[in-house]
Amino acid sequence: MDLLRFTTAGSVDDGKSTLIGRLLHDTKSIFEDQLEAVEDASNRRGEGYVNLALLTDGLRAEREQNITIDVAYRYFATPRRKFIIADTPGHVQYTRNMVTGASTAELAIVLIDARHGVLTQSKRHGFIASLLGITHVLVAINKMDLVDWSQEVFDRITEDYAEFAQKLGVEDLTFIPISALKGDNVVDESDHMPWYHGSTLLHHLDHVNVGSHRNLVDFRFPVQYVIRPDQDYRGYAGRVASGTIRSGEEVMVLPSGQRTLIKSVDTFDGPVEEALTGDSVALTTADELDISRGDMIVRPLNLPVVATEIDAMLCWMSDEPMKGGTQYWFRQTTREAKAFISRVVYKVDVDTLHREDVEAFGFNDIGRVQIQTAAPIFFDRYEMNRETGSFILIDPHTNNTVAVGMIRGTVRSAEKLAEQLNEATTVERKASPDVVWEGWNVPLEAREEKNGHAAAVVWFTGLSGSGKSSIARELEQMLFAEGCQTMLLDGDQVRHGLNGDLGFSPDARKENIRRVGEVANLFYLQGNIVICTFVSPFQMDRERARALFPEGRFIEVFVDTPLEECERRDSKGLYAKARKGEIEQMTGISSPYEVPENPEIRVETVGREVTEVADEIRLAIHEVVRRGGAAHP
Amino acid sequence: MTLPARSHLRQLESESIFLMREVAAQFERPVLLFSGGKDSILMVHLARKAFSPAKIPFPLVHVDTGHNFPETLEFRDRLVQQVGATLHAGSVQASIDSGKQKEEEGLNPSRNRLQILTLLETLDELKADAALGGGRRDEEKARAKERFFSHRDRFGQWDPKNQRPELWNIFNGRKVMGEHFRVFPLSNWTEMDVWQYIAAEEVDIPSLYFSHRRNVVERDGVLLAESEFNQLEGDEAWTEKTVRFRTIGDASCTGATESTASTLDEIIAEVSATRVTERGGRHDDKHSEAAMEDRKKQGYF
Repeated sequence: MDLLRFTTAGSVDDGKSTLIGRLLHDTKSIFEDQLEAVEDASNRRGEGYVNLALLTDGLRAEREQNITIDVAYRYFATPRRKFIIADTPGHVQYTRNMVTGASTAELAIVLIDARHGVLTQSKRHGFIASLLGITHVLVAINKMDLVDWSQEVFDRITEDYAEFAQKLGVEDLTFIPISALKGDNVVDESDHMPWYHGSTLLHHLDHVNVGSHRNLVDFRFPVQYVIRPDQDYRGYAGRVASGTIRSGEEVMVLPSGQRTLIKSVDTFDGPVEEALTGDSVALTTADELDISRGDMIVRPLNLPVVATEIDAMLCWMSDEPMKGGTQYWFRQTTREAKAFISRVVYKVDVDTLHREDVEAFGFNDIGRVQIQTAAPIFFDRYEMNRETGSFILIDPHTNNTVAVGMIRGTVRSAEKLAEQLNEATTVERKASPDVVWEGWNVPLEAREEKNGHAAAVVWFTGLSGSGKSSIARELEQMLFAEGCQTMLLDGDQVRHGLNGDLGFSPDARKENIRRVGEVANLFYLQGNIVICTFVSPFQMDRERARALFPEGRFIEVFVDTPLEECERRDSKGLYAKARKGEIEQMTGISSPYEVPENPEIRVETVGREVTEVADEIRLAIHEVVRRGGAAHP
Repeated sequence: MTLPARSHLRQLESESIFLMREVAAQFERPVLLFSGGKDSILMVHLARKAFSPAKIPFPLVHVDTGHNFPETLEFRDRLVQQVGATLHAGSVQASIDSGKQKEEEGLNPSRNRLQILTLLETLDELKADAALGGGRRDEEKARAKERFFSHRDRFGQWDPKNQRPELWNIFNGRKVMGEHFRVFPLSNWTEMDVWQYIAAEEVDIPSLYFSHRRNVVERDGVLLAESEFNQLEGDEAWTEKTVRFRTIGDASCTGATESTASTLDEIIAEVSATRVTERGGRHDDKHSEAAMEDRKKQGYF
């Protein structure tokens, strides 16, 4: 039996409590004494039916005012799965509760009243779910009994909401027509809607595959507590936030940067060979290092971002508004540092999704901010890793949790990127005069479907001799063997024909990359996984290429080999020539290389096999290619 | 780690261990509240796992109502010795004797309400800043909104409207002197999960949970066991029945259920077929619809 956590949101009248009551009731998760109490209460209140909503309205204040005022957690199980419901109210003033409920959920149920169609709040729920990284959304169109079980109504709402959800990047959007009150399509199939052939709500919950969002690649182990019963044992206790770890593997400890080997992965029941994402274990190391709570154990070739200037989406959770000069406690994983909000970039109107300029956030506000921390934070972007990309802010005077956030990146890189992207995307793509183009004949989606995988561009950048081409060639062979459609574009190859007229001046390099980007785009639109290996030393040029592709489909791989090593390898003899002055504008020697600040993938090559590195990249892009993007939303 | 990868029990176990380690890391003087029931036995089991090979780094606190089943105390003492923990027992009887509180009026006084004061006093004596409890959210409606880290003011009171937001796996245990936290690592477990886990991990539990013959009397739909704390009323009489206990609390108000389940597998089968909540056997919850909410506000577990 596995575990699925989902959140429900809906306003008082959407029938959310009734739906949950129905799920609990029909899965026999309600006991007789609970049901009796509800029957009694329904009778006392003069209701003509058993009000299942009463099962979930926990606190007296709520029963009196007929509202739900906080997140409540409910439990039920089928033979396949245990479910945890984070039940959140949908009033406008309780954005904070929806955010809370969504933070641990893998799926969201958005309830829509069939009579009213898509209301602002249904959109708000969708927005918050996507902001919190939920990629599975189930839209339950409720009260179908009150619209005569009409397919037309269902179709119209489905179309409306799907159009809105497109903007949110929801990967899995499912619509189910139900009547929570009567039980249609909740647990049992409905007799009233023969036109609907999909699953019931419970069947969908029982079978939906939500595992894909877990980050099983990047090993992150925030140290929680040091277990030290005596001088002979020193175990670093914690829960594997993402990835896996085995004894014998080399690790690096942040912030010290010291390297050591994992001696053992310990549990109460004895040492285990491997700890998986989510396991609570204790790690021991081969060398005695000074490691304490708040440190992070990672693999040396797969590091999180280390920064003190953080760009994040923030939700303000407190009645007390944000104060400019206040120092807050910034808590992320097991690490804590003093921090202040250095800039409010914008606030999002959760109903219209419009951005507003504001000075500070108040209760329930959501928007983008920049945060300066007093000590370095080790993180991944929230979209890539919920565990290491989330944080809270604590008011040092009241000790309350006043805000919660999702990290987008470092301030510098995110801002620069935005500026450059802006410029890059506004670069007009030239067209010959008097040419009218009718658009693609076979759409990309159809090609992707035929190929059985998503199209993407894997862009290798790095110094000459860094190993780009060897790794790329190996990677292409691997993907090809898996049955993927691939194409490899190589610097030397394109300079032989297409770009044979170009030299190595910055302008020529720029044109080189422009043409390559366009060619890559053609192959991309043909459904290929296009592997490009170009020194591409200028960030701006790489960003221009990136701007040609949808979010998430351009994967920048930085092959990070030190110049000395590249020069030592000097497979083409170029460095030797450059040192003698025979080549002008050699990247790294006489022409600059701008290191990518936020590549999707960064690999080191020193002392490693080509196949090992290629396989690491293959695993990392697998997710994107398999599920069709959103690795870099 | 014999539990299968990604199974719900492995995830629940890991979550609870994570919570216990957070408590050890964030607080100076945490304690583990031990009632003698299966949930607190499970807590001790998980605490051992969390800190192995070291001993559990906090003491066990038992609020003794004086109304115990003898099996409970025997089991408690054996367990404490086995895990090498320190035990502090707070005595309701002592609070009564010292005049700090009064026994409830009536024939069979329950000491459930009286536990609150003794608990707060004991926590005070130990200067405890966090108390780990075995409460679960599936037990009762008011508990469904309880946090993992539940903030209590200086008077030990819980204000349902003023709880800290709890997101992801980040727990804020910051507080000022005098305030403390109740922490509930089993929040996401259900009764079924507890039994399945106890069976999977072969956790030892008191014999009271398995069916046995015992003299009981039925009162308001609850089977009360014969003991020095339960007197008969009117024309009631003791009858011997085959029963077991689904929860173990104050002997004066914890009801038995008729059952022949004598192994863990039989108990699991019974629990999955059972149509009454665990607390349905507890006389004290029936006082009012909002009974639990009221007691929680005062500092009850």
